[in-house]
Amino acid sequence: MSRNKLLLQKGRFNMKRRDVLTLIGALVAAGPIGCKPACGEEMSGYPTGTDSNKRSPLKSIEHGGFRKALMDDEDVRTLKAVFDRLIPEDQFGPSASKVGCLDFLDAQLTGGYGEASTLYREGPEQPHEEQMLQKAQFIATPRERYRAGLQALRAYTLETDSASFADLPPSRQDEILAGMEQGTIKLGTALDARAFFELMLTNVREGYFADPYYGGNKDMAGWKMIGFPGARYDYRAYTDRTGQKLNLVPVSLVPKN
Amino acid sequence: MTTRRTNPKVDAVIVGFGWAGSLMAAELSRANMNVVAIDRGPWRDTFPDTPLTADPDELRWKTRRELLAPPHDTTLTMRNTLDQTAVPQRDFGISELGGGVGGQGFQWAGMAWRFNPWDFRVRSETIQRYGMARAEDGELQLQDWGITYAELEPDYDRWEQIAGVAGQAGNLRGKLTSRGNPFEGPRSREYPTPKLKTLRMMEIFNKATSEMGLHPFTIPCANVSQAYVNPLGVTMAPCTYCGFCSSYGCGNYSKASPQTCVFPALLNNNPNFRLITNACVTRVNKAADGKSVTGVTYIDQNGSEVLQPADIICLTAFQMENVRLMLLSGISKPYDPLTSEGVVGRNFSFQTVSGADLWFEEDHINPFIGAGGLGSQIDDYNSDNFDHSSLDFIGGAGILTLSRDGTPIANANKLPPGTPRWGSGFKRAYSNYYQNYGVLFNQGTSMPIKRGYLDLDPTYKDPFGLPLLRLTYDYARNDRAMATFTMNRAIQIGKRMGASQISAFNFAEKPFTTAIGASNHTIGGAVMGADPTSSAVNSHLQSWDCHNVFVVGASAFPNNGGYNPTGTVGALALRAARAICGNYARKPGALQKG
Ligand SMILES: Cc1cc2nc3c(=O)[nH]c(=O)nc-3n(C[C@H](O)[C@H](O)[C@H](O)COP(=O)(O)OP(=O)(O)OC[C@H]3O[C@@H](n4cnc5c(N)ncnc54)[C@H](O)[C@@H]3O)c2cc1C
Ligand code: SF4
Repeated sequence: MSRNKLLLQKGRFNMKRRDVLTLIGALVAAGPIGCKPACGEEMSGYPTGTDSNKRSPLKSIEHGGFRKALMDDEDVRTLKAVFDRLIPEDQFGPSASKVGCLDFLDAQLTGGYGEASTLYREGPEQPHEEQMLQKAQFIATPRERYRAGLQALRAYTLETDSASFADLPPSRQDEILAGMEQGTIKLGTALDARAFFELMLTNVREGYFADPYYGGNKDMAGWKMIGFPGARYDYRAYTDRTGQKLNLVPVSLVPKN
Repeated sequence: MTTRRTNPKVDAVIVGFGWAGSLMAAELSRANMNVVAIDRGPWRDTFPDTPLTADPDELRWKTRRELLAPPHDTTLTMRNTLDQTAVPQRDFGISELGGGVGGQGFQWAGMAWRFNPWDFRVRSETIQRYGMARAEDGELQLQDWGITYAELEPDYDRWEQIAGVAGQAGNLRGKLTSRGNPFEGPRSREYPTPKLKTLRMMEIFNKATSEMGLHPFTIPCANVSQAYVNPLGVTMAPCTYCGFCSSYGCGNYSKASPQTCVFPALLNNNPNFRLITNACVTRVNKAADGKSVTGVTYIDQNGSEVLQPADIICLTAFQMENVRLMLLSGISKPYDPLTSEGVVGRNFSFQTVSGADLWFEEDHINPFIGAGGLGSQIDDYNSDNFDHSSLDFIGGAGILTLSRDGTPIANANKLPPGTPRWGSGFKRAYSNYYQNYGVLFNQGTSMPIKRGYLDLDPTYKDPFGLPLLRLTYDYARNDRAMATFTMNRAIQIGKRMGASQISAFNFAEKPFTTAIGASNHTIGGAVMGADPTSSAVNSHLQSWDCHNVFVVGASAFPNNGGYNPTGTVGALALRAARAICGNYARKPGALQKG
């Protein structure tokens, strides 16, 4: 089989057809996009998704509990608790789950990223790979790693605290996360707890700071927090104003999300 | 791979359609040769891939790296020493290979350098100035390029004209100007477009380094500063400092790329030229006499094997793949690291990187305003621009600061050491330091070592079942010493710049690894030179072994300069094309005596 066919089959970065259909179905049922472009629709404010423009190649991400990759409710509960400790609600901005980081991750894990479609996964796996490369190496896909990691975290807290991670007090949750980060906590023998922590931290940050188009960073909260103006494409008016606070209002690839 | 077809024969086939391939294709087809270019990747262009409405997307282009060829399709294995078993590079690392036509040139940053005249003659110059012992320390394998900077100058000039490079001359025909880089080789004329604006980080750097008696200048870059028409008749628009540049396309047609600068002239109504995409060349086919080749074999998108006969074969598939194709095809003798004999795989070098992360207080760097190649640099500690008599190394680094990359996902990692990486502590720190971070990046020279080389891996295969390239390499002692020296210079500069916190880094202080992206500048393996026993190609990039094979790319550099490579790749491609269209077309055969 040719390489290109292989790539197609692996669905690199593509949504599966089935998912697109369900998604569109859900949106049609929800209203506005069922309407033809020229039917005199009244608008106030920006439309809420990219699907409102039939010509847009972008598809909106469904918010709130419509899970395609993260299907286990208990896993989702654990992950929400983890994400909201990694990026909590505070004076600097909303929490990870408030801005859609779970929706973001679910969509990412559904596509090519979740399937590790870019990784070289051929064997043999050498025992000294990580030592030689000075970096954790994976053959498992991110989707598999989440499944295994969340189950291991669940088993861990059931044993140490007789409770789910999500039901522990925040200070104890932080203690466990810090233990994972520093490698002082082991989640079973097969799982690299430290690497799993890094995966979750990487993804929650991605969700918080990527364009809202991908389902996170709702209302561009992540960008407002640091002062990033988003998907602007021309700063010529500002190049001479070096060292000044510019107060630019951020813009996203999608009108509003 | 059951079916087998043969395409009609052409004058020249170009393997890989990035900067090197497209420049050669353009020059050869202008000389009325019948040219076919073959590229492994799909067609790619500003429309529909990266228009303004799709380009400003960090997750897609910079985090997920959608413009690169995935390691799944093409990667390498590595080890540091001969006695180790090499392991595969599974994820993106130092090799950021082009994933479509245009190669890496579609998404590069655009720093558009000429090498320093010294870089071409490291061996002779070192022996002359510091003595034989410095050049031959038992580990290094220095050799000259077989050409001088002056010989390459016209090709550098044409490359800059094609790319519209924005810059300010420092040395015009031997006369030093006060505003450019006083250490550069003499230029025959000014840059085609003026230098870009000086942004905040550059301002702070320029002030500090000037006060220290150093010589800051704006990095020449292929992010053009004004409307421009290149010699091929293609129009470019002024850069808007959008900041979505390195790892991205350019929605404005402002960043020089094969797509923007060469394709329009080559692909429009040109019966002399044909492009085959999604086709991976797996072999160059040798003629029965062993002294020439008959064409290439590629696998098309249906998995069929196709022969493309041609009189001339140009390998322009990037440094790594050029070397792999030579090894797979049995062109020239593979290098033996124990005896230093053989030429293919020889003199691998990299980029020796150190530097310092800097944090300021209460500034407004506005890091989102920038361009891929934009920054300031000093060359006072690069090449042989400073006296090494009392030092224990040769070479140096361009010490630069960048005005680019205000990318919110990536920069979340750019916080002072000891800062919490999550929780409210992280949010507080990032809210503050996003606007207050800067970097000093020492882009250092890299000297080849006898035991550093490329060959075919005995175990790991690509999706076609062909062996991956295997890299055996570690930093030379010389380069480690250089990196420490320049790191200390960066710390001094950072202090002078007024940084409240400085965190120095030095990639060469640990063993080399392909997994951590110090740079993506992999060099050598089919190097040029005047001696066929130590080089694979002559100074026209023509194979010593098979006269109708030209191997063009950074594979030809016998050592790496303290600069990004593409200006020199472009110049060498134009030089090779010149040799083909001139002498070689008239009289096929060896262009130089070995
Ligand atoms: C993010 C990024 C930033 C960079 N920034 C800079 C910079 O600021 N300055 C600088 O000088 N350089 C920079 N570079 C490096 C620069 O882009 C490369 O040096 C340059 O583009 C190399 O050109 P090339 O033509 O030799 O190879 P490539 O651009 O890699 O082109 C090779 C082509 O060959 C094709 N190919 C490979 N194998 C095969 C095969 N077997 N069969 C058929 N086709 C094949 C590939 O698909 C590709 O299109 C950067 C690179 C990246 C990725
Ligand atoms: S910074 Fe300039 S050259 Fe780079 S992508 Fe933006 S407009 Fe193009």
